[in-house]
Amino acid sequence: MNALELRVAAVDPISPLVTRFRFEHPEGATLPPFSGGAHVVVEMPDDGILRRNAYSLISDPLDGRAYEIAVRREDTGRGGSRFMHHRVKAGDMLRVTRPINLFSLDLRARKHVLIGGGIGITPFLAQLAQLTRLQAPFELHYAARTRSEAAGLSLLPDMPQVHVHISDEGNRMDLGAILGHQPLGTHVYTCGPEGLIAAVDDTAARLGWPRGALHSEAFLAPPPGTPFAVTLASGRRIEVGPHESLLEALEAAEVPVDWSCRGGACGRCETRVAACHGRIEHNDHWLTDDEKAAQTKIMPCVSRFAGETLTLDL
Amino acid sequence: MPRTAFTPSITSRPTYAPLRPHPAAPALMLADADGAEALMELAAADPALMARAHVIYIPAGAAHGPGLRALGSAMYHEAPSFAAATERFRKALTDARMGTQLYLAGTEGLIGQATAEALAAGLPADAIQAEHRGTIARRMQCVHCKGMTEDVTTDPFTCAHCGLVLFVRDHFSRRLGAFQGVCVDAETPGILPETQEIRA
Repeated sequence: MNALELRVAAVDPISPLVTRFRFEHPEGATLPPFSGGAHVVVEMPDDGILRRNAYSLISDPLDGRAYEIAVRREDTGRGGSRFMHHRVKAGDMLRVTRPINLFSLDLRARKHVLIGGGIGITPFLAQLAQLTRLQAPFELHYAARTRSEAAGLSLLPDMPQVHVHISDEGNRMDLGAILGHQPLGTHVYTCGPEGLIAAVDDTAARLGWPRGALHSEAFLAPPPGTPFAVTLASGRRIEVGPHESLLEALEAAEVPVDWSCRGGACGRCETRVAACHGRIEHNDHWLTDDEKAAQTKIMPCVSRFAGETLTLDL
Repeated sequence: MPRTAFTPSITSRPTYAPLRPHPAAPALMLADADGAEALMELAAADPALMARAHVIYIPAGAAHGPGLRALGSAMYHEAPSFAAATERFRKALTDARMGTQLYLAGTEGLIGQATAEALAAGLPADAIQAEHRGTIARRMQCVHCKGMTEDVTTDPFTCAHCGLVLFVRDHFSRRLGAFQGVCVDAETPGILPETQEIRA
């Protein structure tokens, strides 16, 4: 993968759970610009395991001096965010991929409505900078359960277009009110928990919005599970540990697999299944329900397996 | 008059599916001549639809006005031509909110012009439904003088603006809501093919 070696320029705690990291080129070179909603994949050499997690860029897309990300610590996760929080210090060198955007603004829109929940606010921070520069009409709605969970608050600029909804304080986000009165040509972007994305989709459908005006992004962390093994076309057998993804196991075994988001969204790592005796635990957003049921394709970044044998076309 | 069925044609030729009621969404409806019948069938398919509907009808000699008005739409307006209806249609689009469904029914000229207006107003293409009813006469743009000639039923035809004799192409401009006509005797002035009636 086309990665850059960057120096960690700053590590700033934003809240008890969220930390901001700033990356700069070690020789001060300008970093490639990106578009709002883009992410990078950060490589973390964690005691022999090379972890790679995707994070949305939160800095100004045209500011080539640095890339910034905000990482929420997941104590029950597989360890990537804990590595970032506990092991990464200012001055460290990390490999960071060039930006890729799976969640860009549709610039044909007359107006943009951004709806973020929890750490799902991150892709919108760069989009805010882009929209402000474009002078495009927009409104942003940020929802959190409590003010202490709303880590994104300190990252959000103080603008009249930014609306904060804290349900514990009695101003829970009313999607019907937000989506019910938008002018023609409005596009909606949602990032956050699955429940929020589903609620926006359902409300928009009920109000008659066409699908083409709705956009969402949910990166999934590869879920841990019970160990399993896969067989390659060569007959080679690869073991996948409980806190390892299939993609990570393949990489550790030096089996080349193309990838991009590592979160079940982009489709780059799609792999053909030659034989399957058992059940693939599809966790991705990429394959259709029919494709999942057919068990002839797997997304190694987030999917697991339970059963006798799984043979991959690799 | 029943639905107009088209023979398979070139890919840029638009085809229009039957109108289907979209539940719960506000409706803007625009029809001319026999297009009224498509709106009546739509209302029969979902009787609750008309209470949320703003109907603009251009009778163009058809006698469907009273029947259409009797459906009890929230707003009903008749206009003598698309040009006369345009200001009201634009105002309705300006006031519309996301979720509004646009239903168009009638001639290709009406569908094409209204679609172009709606897209320019920001209505997403997937919020527009159209059904072709009535005449298969075409709205033609002369590619030479850019003038529009309405109700073209023969090929070739004479441009109403510059007088050139034009070949009727299947090429449809979504931006203009019109087919395009090209000079048929440019290289052999005065030698014209036999005039034929346009088929669907």
